Amino acid sequence: MNQQAPAPSQPALPASLAANPKLSSWLKFSSAGQVTVSPGKVEIGQGIVTALAQIAADELDIDLSRVQMIRASTVASPNEGVTSGSLSIQQSGRALRHACAEVRRIFLQQAAERLGVDIDALEIEDGTISGPGNVRTSYWELADEVSLDHNATSGVTPKIATRRALAGNSIQRIDIPDKVFARPRFIHDQALAGMLHGRVLRPENARAKLSELREDGARAVAGLVAIVRDGSFAGVVSETEHGAELAVRALRKGAVWSDGDPLPDENDLASFLKAQPSELTVIDTKTATSSATAARTIRRQYTRPYIAHASIAPSCAMAQWDGDRVHVWTHSQGVYLLRADLALVLKLPVENITVEHMEGAGCYGHNAADDVALDAVLLARAVGGRPVRVQWSRQGEMSDAPFGAAMAIEIEADLDAQGEIIEWRHSIWSNGHAARPGRAAQPALLAAFELEKPFPRMISTNPPQANGGGGDRNSIPLYDFPSWRIESHRLTTMPIRTSALRTLGGQGNVFAIESILDEIAAERGEDPLAFRLRHLRDERAKDVIRAVARRAKWKPEKQPGIGYGIGFGRYKNTGAYCAAIAEIEGAEEITVRKLTLAVDVGEAINPDGVINQIEGGAIQATSWVLKERVRFDRQRITSTSWTEYPILRFSEVPDVEVELIQRPDIDPVGAGEAAHGPVTAAIANAVFDALGVRVRDLPITRDRIIAAMELTS
Amino acid sequence: MPSVRFRLNGVETEVDADPDRSLLDILRGQLGVTGPHFGCGAGECGACNVIVGDRAVSACDAQLWSVADKDVTTIEGLGTSEQPHPLQRAFITEQALQCGYCVSGILMSAAALLKRNPSPTSREVKEALDGNLCRCGSHNRMVRAVLRAAEEMAAG
Repeated sequence: MNQQAPAPSQPALPASLAANPKLSSWLKFSSAGQVTVSPGKVEIGQGIVTALAQIAADELDIDLSRVQMIRASTVASPNEGVTSGSLSIQQSGRALRHACAEVRRIFLQQAAERLGVDIDALEIEDGTISGPGNVRTSYWELADEVSLDHNATSGVTPKIATRRALAGNSIQRIDIPDKVFARPRFIHDQALAGMLHGRVLRPENARAKLSELREDGARAVAGLVAIVRDGSFAGVVSETEHGAELAVRALRKGAVWSDGDPLPDENDLASFLKAQPSELTVIDTKTATSSATAARTIRRQYTRPYIAHASIAPSCAMAQWDGDRVHVWTHSQGVYLLRADLALVLKLPVENITVEHMEGAGCYGHNAADDVALDAVLLARAVGGRPVRVQWSRQGEMSDAPFGAAMAIEIEADLDAQGEIIEWRHSIWSNGHAARPGRAAQPALLAAFELEKPFPRMISTNPPQANGGGGDRNSIPLYDFPSWRIESHRLTTMPIRTSALRTLGGQGNVFAIESILDEIAAERGEDPLAFRLRHLRDERAKDVIRAVARRAKWKPEKQPGIGYGIGFGRYKNTGAYCAAIAEIEGAEEITVRKLTLAVDVGEAINPDGVINQIEGGAIQATSWVLKERVRFDRQRITSTSWTEYPILRFSEVPDVEVELIQRPDIDPVGAGEAAHGPVTAAIANAVFDALGVRVRDLPITRDRIIAAMELTS
Repeated sequence: MPSVRFRLNGVETEVDADPDRSLLDILRGQLGVTGPHFGCGAGECGACNVIVGDRAVSACDAQLWSVADKDVTTIEGLGTSEQPHPLQRAFITEQALQCGYCVSGILMSAAALLKRNPSPTSREVKEALDGNLCRCGSHNRMVRAVLRAAEEMAAG
């Protein structure tokens, strides 16, 4: 983040605005009574476009219907990096709020001058500026006289919470009507004039190289326009999508591949992760002031498998060349970052590349959106100026896109004679959780690794703790243990490609911490909720735990076959607070019946939007916990369809209740990733409550429960 | 090239194509009907669901010949913003989606359900939608929306 040094006595600008200070890059008044707002963040199904429209309309005192939200692009939008990390409200929202406040002030000054009225006597209602003596003008009347082509200053303060009319209200999302009436909004549904269709050929075995390619079969397919080959990258372009499918199928028959690189043993991920070369980082240490001695040590290991983003839509992109310039349409989460990587691969200045966002399906992190954009660019280069649309297959989406990284987490807790925690050690082994494009001197895009002159395969890294960390996200306890040491081993080899998946390491770490705490509380015979409250000092943390306990009537009476468990976390330790209680039923096969959650995001701009995100996160986490695991043998990814990579179905979805604690005076934070960790832990702890066994390896399947039972008996 | 005739959203339609081609290919390609979405190509996710006769089927998995002389309804034929189907209204009221890519198929499964069972229970709605995958976790809102639409239709 770009932190600007604050001017004396003036508050600093929000980081996103400091980085993109020109006011006109954020908003413009059009003649027809509209305002166009251009955030750098993109809609990925989280409702951000609506929340940002609310913020802008509120600050400008205009009706929401006057706000037109512009899709992000490298020609027209501020550069706000990537839409990730539950930061869009925090970054874009604050920037936009400040920018609109300043623009409002500039127009009021102009109006005061034109109307000859004192600025403090003016009011704005739906864009009409009026003052005493029935004088009036409007944003739109003044628009030609006012230039917004200058930089924001930090001198204007946005409205106080109580004066906002829209923020805090559950406005209906502005993108939903298009989606239920099937008006083309997704990139998948766009057709450019003269558009061709491309498909890319990829090996089944991991990182196999293309040693031979016979093209005759593909050449014989009607409508074929081009076959592209550059090293191990190969693809076809056809007049029709059907033709492209047939041609790539024929091309596959003519392809000979090398064996590829070996994959680890999917049934012993912890040993694999711990045996790999790695880079050790000490994330945090805390030293005790007292010198209590340990009576005993509890040591537990938790694991999480590789998890697929598994978007419902296979990734898609369009590209069109014009000489040495290329225009790209993408559902990437970061248009500027994708552009930077495309420039590296194409060896072109960034100015030659325009990247424009169009909505895709939910991505839940870094999926194949960026990869397919490079595929489209490379295929389109062969067809002289016609646009090419490329869509991945389901199989490709499930095997060639980056995965959320597998993790092994060990926690050792030293307990004194009274069973109190006096020392805590938390160690993580995992590949890095981030290999997004646009952040390194080498590209992160799949095809770049396959070219005749390949770029080196990027090894995932972890963002620093100051940005929330990666594999170590949420590993520093929020509890007041007297001493701890947290360390992270980031693998420096990467046989399975990983990158950002919702929460990065947060889900794994919260699962581990909240599971062992539950175990320690149970051993002490202490209520797990009371145990947590006793170790927390942050009142907002305690409030979500108390609220969820009230809502779920903690703890309901014991019934055979039913279990209750709790989990808590504050996302990234700096974001949204969330506590969850799970109610599960079952023996060897478990059903999550109900999830109750309490959440605090500070000011909730759109409360129903926050609840929707929390519900969705809770259900997705349930799916991860009960079902999800990327499968592979020693050569290739084998979970390439919904049969082999099942996710939670309608009949398996728990009831979800969400209580939102509103704090309008506290700066808002995002909600998209708050639920995953707490829900994961709550389900695991409920399994123990119901069955008396601890399952410490995700997913919690029938086999794992039976194995845990056998271990106990 | 042989031709196959069917009624698409009430309109007589004739397609010159190999009858073994997938219905989804024909709808999205030759006919430019993009409401049904490609998700998996194997009938496993329901994103491409359409109604054939009175049943919801995966268009990716249905061959063109199988709809000969039949009524095919896609999301485009369900309703418009001027004349929305109660399900479309209810999905807006309940804000029953996040990314929305799966929704056009889910609306068709739900519409087929309400035709054969105008007052389903929540369990019956879940069963009817079990072949539709949603990755964002909007399931409960969608179930509520279907129940709301059913009530609205019952009230006339």
